[in-house]
Amino acid sequence: MSPTPVLQLKGIHKIFPSVHALKGVNFSLRAGEIHALLGENGAGKSTLIKVMTGVYQRDDGDILLDGQPIFPKNTGDAQALGVSTVYQEVNLLPNLTVAQNIYLGREPRRFGLINWGKVNRDAQTLLKGYDLDIDVTLPLSSYSIAVQQLIAIARGVDMSAKVLILDEPTASLDTDEVQSLFRIMRDLRARGIGIVFVTHFLDQVYAVCDRITVLRSAQFVGEFETATLSRAELIGHMLGKELAALGEHKPQTNSECGDALLDAQGIGRNATLSPTDIQVCKGEVVGLAGLLGSGRTELCRLVFGVDKKHSGSVTFNGKAVNFNSPRDAITAGMGLCPEDRKHDGILGQLSIRENMILARQIKQGWWKFISRKEQEEIANHYVKELSIATSDIEKPIEQLSGGNQQKVILARWLAANPSLLILDEPTRGIDIGAHAEIIRLIRKLCDQGLALVVASSELEELVAFSSKVIVLRDRQKVAELEDGDINPQRIMQAIASN
Amino acid sequence: MLNRKLIPLAVTCCLFFLLFGVGSIQFEGFGTPRVFFNLLSDNAFLIIAAVGMTFVILSGGIDLSVGAVIALTGVVCSVLISKYQWHPLLVFPVVLIGGTAFGAIMGAIIHYYKMQPFIVTLAGMFFARGLASVISEESIPIEHEFYNDVSAFGFEILGDAWIGSSTIICLMVLVVAIIAAHYTRFGGRVYAIGGDANSSALMGIPLAATTIHIYAISSFLATLAGIVYSFYTFSGYSLAAVGVELDAIAAVVIGGTLLTGGYGYMFGTLMGVLIMGVVQTYISFDGTLSSWWTKIVIGGLLFCFIALQQVLVRVKPR
Repeated sequence: MSPTPVLQLKGIHKIFPSVHALKGVNFSLRAGEIHALLGENGAGKSTLIKVMTGVYQRDDGDILLDGQPIFPKNTGDAQALGVSTVYQEVNLLPNLTVAQNIYLGREPRRFGLINWGKVNRDAQTLLKGYDLDIDVTLPLSSYSIAVQQLIAIARGVDMSAKVLILDEPTASLDTDEVQSLFRIMRDLRARGIGIVFVTHFLDQVYAVCDRITVLRSAQFVGEFETATLSRAELIGHMLGKELAALGEHKPQTNSECGDALLDAQGIGRNATLSPTDIQVCKGEVVGLAGLLGSGRTELCRLVFGVDKKHSGSVTFNGKAVNFNSPRDAITAGMGLCPEDRKHDGILGQLSIRENMILARQIKQGWWKFISRKEQEEIANHYVKELSIATSDIEKPIEQLSGGNQQKVILARWLAANPSLLILDEPTRGIDIGAHAEIIRLIRKLCDQGLALVVASSELEELVAFSSKVIVLRDRQKVAELEDGDINPQRIMQAIASN
Repeated sequence: MLNRKLIPLAVTCCLFFLLFGVGSIQFEGFGTPRVFFNLLSDNAFLIIAAVGMTFVILSGGIDLSVGAVIALTGVVCSVLISKYQWHPLLVFPVVLIGGTAFGAIMGAIIHYYKMQPFIVTLAGMFFARGLASVISEESIPIEHEFYNDVSAFGFEILGDAWIGSSTIICLMVLVVAIIAAHYTRFGGRVYAIGGDANSSALMGIPLAATTIHIYAISSFLATLAGIVYSFYTFSGYSLAAVGVELDAIAAVVIGGTLLTGGYGYMFGTLMGVLIMGVVQTYISFDGTLSSWWTKIVIGGLLFCFIALQQVLVRVKPR
C-alpha cells in the first residue's frame, strides 16, 4: 500500500444558511485502500461527499488530488478529474440500456455518429470483468438493484477513476450480493483505486476496510486503522459522550405497572424488522437504542401503523388493535414525532397555530371543526407551557429554529391528549440549549402519566430519562435493559456485541 | 420476446396499416401510392412540428407555443415579402434564426428559473400569437414568383404519386431528426434527461445546454413548419394554425412516445401523424361523415394509447 494520499481534504468547512454542516473536517485517502467514512445521521458524511464530488462548493479548506488543489464545480467536473460516485439509490437511468448507461456522454463515435455496435461490445467486455454476463442491450430497469450497482461501479471506474466513492452501496443488497460487491471492491483496491466506503453496517466496515474516518456533529473525530480499533471504541467515537451534563439516570418508578398500556408481541415486517416485543406502561419512558439502520425507526413506524406489520399482535389500552393507518393510531390515542421533522413533521408554510391543532382535529374528525377561538387558546397555552420562542402564533413554522419546531410538533400531539407518544430522534439537529429543554419536557410529561417511546442515537440522552432501553442491531432486538443496567457502557456493549 | 420499448411503436404501425387496409377495401382509389403520398404532403408542416415536439416530450417537457410560432412565422414572412419586397431566400434565414432564438430563450427560462415548461411555453404561445396579431390582424397574401416555383416543384413517382417540395423538406427533417435522436450524444442526453434529470446531472450531463438546445430545436422546427405552411396558403394570418401544438402532441403520443419522457422513437411520430391523416382521408372518402369525426376518433385513439402506456409502465418486467 502506498502511503501517498491520492485524495486529501484539509480543514473543510461548509456553511449553509441555517447550519454549519462541516467544521474543519480532514480526510485522507490513499491509492489502493478501502477507507470507511462513518458517522450517525447529521454527522456530515453526505455533505462531505457532496463537497468531494462537486455537488457543493466548500466554503473553506483544501482538496488535493494527487497533491494538486482541485475545485470541482459539478459532478461532471469531478468525474473528469477522476472522482466518481455510486449512490445507494443507483443514480443511473432506468429507461436507457445497460450499455447506454455505461457510456452516456462519452459514446464511441464513427464519422460523428454513435457506433452502437462498439458501445454494446465494449459494455459487454467491461462487465465481464465484473463477473457480469448480461444482455447489455436491455433497459437498465430489467436488472436487480445489485446488478445496477455493479453497472454504476463499472461506469465510474471505467471513466478513469482514481477515487471511487460508494455511498451506502449495500443498504439494499442481500448477503450474497454484498459478498460479490466486496470481491469487486478488493479487486479494485488491488488495481490501485482509492475507495471511500460509506455505510452504517459495522460488520461490513470490519470485513473490507483498511482505515476508518469518523465524523460526529459536523466535526472530524479521528482517523483510525481498522485492525487496531475495537468495535466498542469505534461506537464510542461515533456516538460520543457530550451530553453527560444532562444528569444522572433518573428511573421513573413503575413497579405498580400491572397491565402494560402498549403490549406488542412479535411485531415485524419482512425485510425491515424481525419480530420484536415491546411493552410500555403508563408513566414510563422506553428508550430505543441502536445505530442508524438498526431498526429503531422501523419499530416506531410499525407501532404507529405507518407501515403494515407482517407478523405479531398489538394490545393497546387493554384492547387488541390492528392499525391500518396512522389515523387509526391517532384515534386510539397515540402520537408520533417522526425522525425527519422537515419532511414528515412540519407543514412549513402553515402557522404555528395551524400546525398545532392538526392532530386534535384528526382525532375529533373533520366534521367537528375546532373554532378559531379554541385554536388560539390551544396555541397560546402550549406556546407558554412549552416556552416556544415566537412573537406570534400566526408565524409560519418554518421560520422557527429546529428546537422550537420540535416543541410545536410535541404540542400538536399533546393537544390531541394521547396516552402514548412515540418520539423518533426528538433532539436531532437541535442546538444544545433546546436539547436540554426537550429532555426536561420528556421527563415532565412522563411524571404527568404519559407513556413515551423514544428512539435516539444519543445514549446519554436515553440514559437520562428511560426506565427501560430496548437495544436493536441489524433490524433485530438484541437486548432489553432495565433500571440498574441502563448506562452508556452497557448500551454500547449491547450494540457492539456479536 | 419483442423488446418492450418497441411495443407502442409496433402497435402504432399495425394500426396505420390496418386503417389504410380497411380504407383500401372499402373505397376504390384509397389504397394507392397517390393517397399515401398525399398524406405526407398534406401533413408535412405537422410532421415537422411534431418532430420538434418529440424531442421536447422525450426530455419530459412540453411545448405549447408551436401553433403560435407557425402563425407568427407566416405573418412575418408575408409582411417582409409582400410589404417590404424582401426575397424569400433572405426572409427564411431571418425568421429561422429568430424562431430558434425564441425557443432558446424559453429553454433558458425553464432551466435557470426552474419553471414548468407548460407555463413558460404557454406564455411563449400568447406572446407569439399576440405579436402576430399586432403586426397584422388581417390575412396578408404572399405574391412572389419564388413561392409559385417552390409550390410547383416536385416529381411524380409510382405512377401518379406526387412528391412536392414540402414532402421533400419534411422527409429530410425526419431523417436528420432520427439520426440526431438515436445516433448522436445529444440524442442520448435528451433521453437521459427524460429518464431522470437529477441522475443525468449526477452522471455529468450538461442540463442547461441540453434543455436550451431542445426548446431551440422545437421552435426552429415550428418556424420551418410555418414556412412550409405558407407554401400551402400563400398567405400569413395571425389566427392560422390554432391548436396545431395539440395535434403535434397527439401525434407524438399516438406514435408511442411516453408523455413523461424517456421512452419513444422519432419514427413513431411520423406514424402518429399518418394515422391522424389516414383517419381524415377515410372520412373524406366516405363523404357522409362530418369532418369533426376525425377529432372524435383521434380523441379515442389518444385515450387508448395513454391507457396502453400506463399498462406498460405499471407492469414492470421481472
